[in-house]
Amino acid sequence: MGLSPSFFGAKFGITERDLESYLSEALSAGGEYADLYFEYLSTSSIGIDEGIVKSASESVTLGVGVRVIAGERTGYAYSDDLSPEKIRKAARVAALIARGPASVVKTGFTEARKHNLYSMVISPHDVSLAERVDLVKRADAAARAYDNRVFQVIANYADSVREVLVASSDGRLSFDRQPMARMGVAALARETDGVPQQGYSGGGGRVTLDFFLNEKTPEHFAKEAARQAIVQLSAVDAPAGESVVVLGPGWPGILLHEAVGHGLEADFNRKGVSAFSGRIGQQVASPLCTVIDDGTIGSRRGSLNVDDEGVPTQKNVLIENGILRGYLQDTLSARLLKSTSTGSGRRESYQHIPMPRMTNTYMLAGQSDPEEIIRSVPKGIYCATFGGGQVDITSGNFVFQATESYLIENGKLTRPVKGATLIGNGPEALKYVSMVGHDLQLDEGIGVCGKEGQSVPVGVGIPTVKIDKMTVGGTAA
Amino acid sequence: MSELLDIATAATRRALELGATGAECTVSEGEEFSAGVRMREVENLKQAGSRGAGIRVLAGNLTGSFRTSDLSTQGIETMVRGALDLASITTPDPHAGLPDPADLGRFSGDLKLYDESVSRMETEVKIAQALKAEEVALAADPRITNSEGASFDSHLGSRAFANSLGFAGEYRTSTCGLSVVPVAKQNGSMERDYWHTSAREVSRLESPEEVGRRAAERALRRLNPRKVPTQKVPVIFEPRTARMLLGDLFDAVNGGAIYRHASFLAGKLGEKIASDALTIIDDATMPGLFGSSPFDDEGVASRRTVVIERGVLKSYLLNTYTARKLDLKTTGNASRGLAGSAGVGPGNFYIEAGARSEADLIASVRQGLYVTELIGASANTVTGDYSSGAAGLWIENGELAYPVSEITIAGNLKQMLMNLEQVGANLEFRGSIASPALLIGEMTISGQ
Repeated sequence: MGLSPSFFGAKFGITERDLESYLSEALSAGGEYADLYFEYLSTSSIGIDEGIVKSASESVTLGVGVRVIAGERTGYAYSDDLSPEKIRKAARVAALIARGPASVVKTGFTEARKHNLYSMVISPHDVSLAERVDLVKRADAAARAYDNRVFQVIANYADSVREVLVASSDGRLSFDRQPMARMGVAALARETDGVPQQGYSGGGGRVTLDFFLNEKTPEHFAKEAARQAIVQLSAVDAPAGESVVVLGPGWPGILLHEAVGHGLEADFNRKGVSAFSGRIGQQVASPLCTVIDDGTIGSRRGSLNVDDEGVPTQKNVLIENGILRGYLQDTLSARLLKSTSTGSGRRESYQHIPMPRMTNTYMLAGQSDPEEIIRSVPKGIYCATFGGGQVDITSGNFVFQATESYLIENGKLTRPVKGATLIGNGPEALKYVSMVGHDLQLDEGIGVCGKEGQSVPVGVGIPTVKIDKMTVGGTAA
Repeated sequence: MSELLDIATAATRRALELGATGAECTVSEGEEFSAGVRMREVENLKQAGSRGAGIRVLAGNLTGSFRTSDLSTQGIETMVRGALDLASITTPDPHAGLPDPADLGRFSGDLKLYDESVSRMETEVKIAQALKAEEVALAADPRITNSEGASFDSHLGSRAFANSLGFAGEYRTSTCGLSVVPVAKQNGSMERDYWHTSAREVSRLESPEEVGRRAAERALRRLNPRKVPTQKVPVIFEPRTARMLLGDLFDAVNGGAIYRHASFLAGKLGEKIASDALTIIDDATMPGLFGSSPFDDEGVASRRTVVIERGVLKSYLLNTYTARKLDLKTTGNASRGLAGSAGVGPGNFYIEAGARSEADLIASVRQGLYVTELIGASANTVTGDYSSGAAGLWIENGELAYPVSEITIAGNLKQMLMNLEQVGANLEFRGSIASPALLIGEMTISGQ
């Protein structure tokens, strides 16, 4: 499309000559590589609480980040002012990392290839605020209508559009316009004078408001939140100790994100601090497991046309039939490991240095019938929904929180159990996978991944999976 | 008045001109620096500044908010008009509004939130401190073979706040911090840990030698962990993990959770909810600490509030809105970024120190767990159900015997509060939430 008709060209008059001069400034003290990341982010959000639309807010933020790489060193600076003097100043600060004669910037840019993964049917800028209000009001009404034991509902809707321009000293130029929308509903339910219980549901993706009118409606999320709260009213204490664990399809894929995904990010492996370091080619999971990280799935929350370094995203195989195949690389790790970027360089905003991150991480479907998987378990626990998770990449220990689970007794789901943390060890846990269902499902699109203080949206997915041994952190003997 | 406060005051005035019945505006400016080193080499340097403004307007009982990074006259005009447009789509909320004028004000003493030493510190010195901390950790033991690096970070901030009731105030803050993450390895076991020090003035930081030494010691003692059998035992939270548990308790006394009946402490004011050993204070007026400020994010004067006294729940923590919902007075705990309705946040929220040393606490346990790391802790504020991944040291006959990991600890906060047997004497303020070591009589450990 060329720079001049692009967002930053048209709105701020930025030209290729400007970009070349900023990059030259960045490399004025040497270094092998520099890049610029321009970002313009507009967001809107609205919430209902106690049946009252209490809040409506919008924001506009703008800035540019300048990065200089010299060997293993990175210099970084940013400015929230796009005037040439301020950008040059940031470039000079980033340049302080290098000490030497100026490096030459390639003249002329080539526009990077990119995917076309998100269609902006309705630009959020063209939607009246009233339409957004309608979504949260519908969610509030549907959650309350689900069951008269529901007594509190909070529903939120948020959308954003991020305009991005990345230019690098090796002549790469990328533009992207990235939509994001999500809706979340929390419900509290109680028996008359009983102890309240809560349920939560949410979803979205790189979509716009029409998604919530046509595909996943406010009623869908509201009913799910209310249903979970009602289920919890009859929950018994979760068991404590090692157990057979069956994961339901969809969001429980967070297991993969924590157990293997983070440990395969190239920065940790370059430094040798991951439990997976130096294990490419080794068996780290049962042969039934093939795990993928794929940033190219249309409209998904974790997807990107180009990553935050301007590189097209890819479908990357992490584990193939149980064998560890590859790491997630950003530009820096790829340079240092003499490999190529896997389109995994991501950052929270122009104020942040990119690093290798996941996009949408999931396990391929297997052969088993999900019903049959449950029938095969005499005693165990079935986890339908999870909250968050976390991993210590060095020891490999990871946890995730089951928020809706059931006891499995003699091959049948019986009583619901209270929330509990499950814990395992990354390179070991997936070796105990003994059955994989044919029902792969991706999550509904609410995942946020945190790493070194930076949050980015991600997706996960998994079919029904049976794990023969995992530690369940309940209180029941 | 500074430029920031001028912008804030002008924005609230402009909102009234355009038809708002009330407005409050925050304008902030920050300068961040970070130097990262790894394996004795500089790895990254980051330095930048940014500014932002946010407004919340009232049109009767309707509210709208807008945030921008554009502080030009045009940017501020867009912000004010945007917030007014947004207010028009909300629903009237009888409890919405600005604070009562009588509550507005600022703590008068010197809170020592800003110190010149942070801005004066040279980049080379900061890098040298990070290098030294890592060097000490790497040299501590041959089993420390690797490092995730060390970093020196600093931040200088200014925050101005004005509202249409005539409040206008501002303050500056400085913080600096040094941390290191060594990796220890032995017989196929690899473990990392960290130590961190931070302060509002450079001279109050622990030395790089101390930071490196403690980080190394912590990583080393985790090597070759065992997984213990599932059982119920006493659990000691060291200060680092105790403060995480206290953070979960903060959520349960947050007025927002109370008025929604989303806390197990709702309706318990004046009741005995914990053992006599527990006294919890929130105090935003302690000089030099991280949770201190002269006024909260609504312009209400900061103060000290006794939350739990010898086990009795004395007060929730409230902002103007949650106080009105509960027919109580604000405790000056309003908290927000730049825009939006204020939430509730801690000042310095801490557990009062007990008389016995942590070593005494450990010595009093025959068989139990000393928790040094919580991973993925999940506390259900509504029910009190608590479950978390954990690592630490196993206590045998009153002594730390061997490391344990890949286990979980679980219980219910209601019972855990009642079963709080001892509070240690080792209270240190390393963040806005602080706790000494805590000994809880019984929790469920899930392991083998």
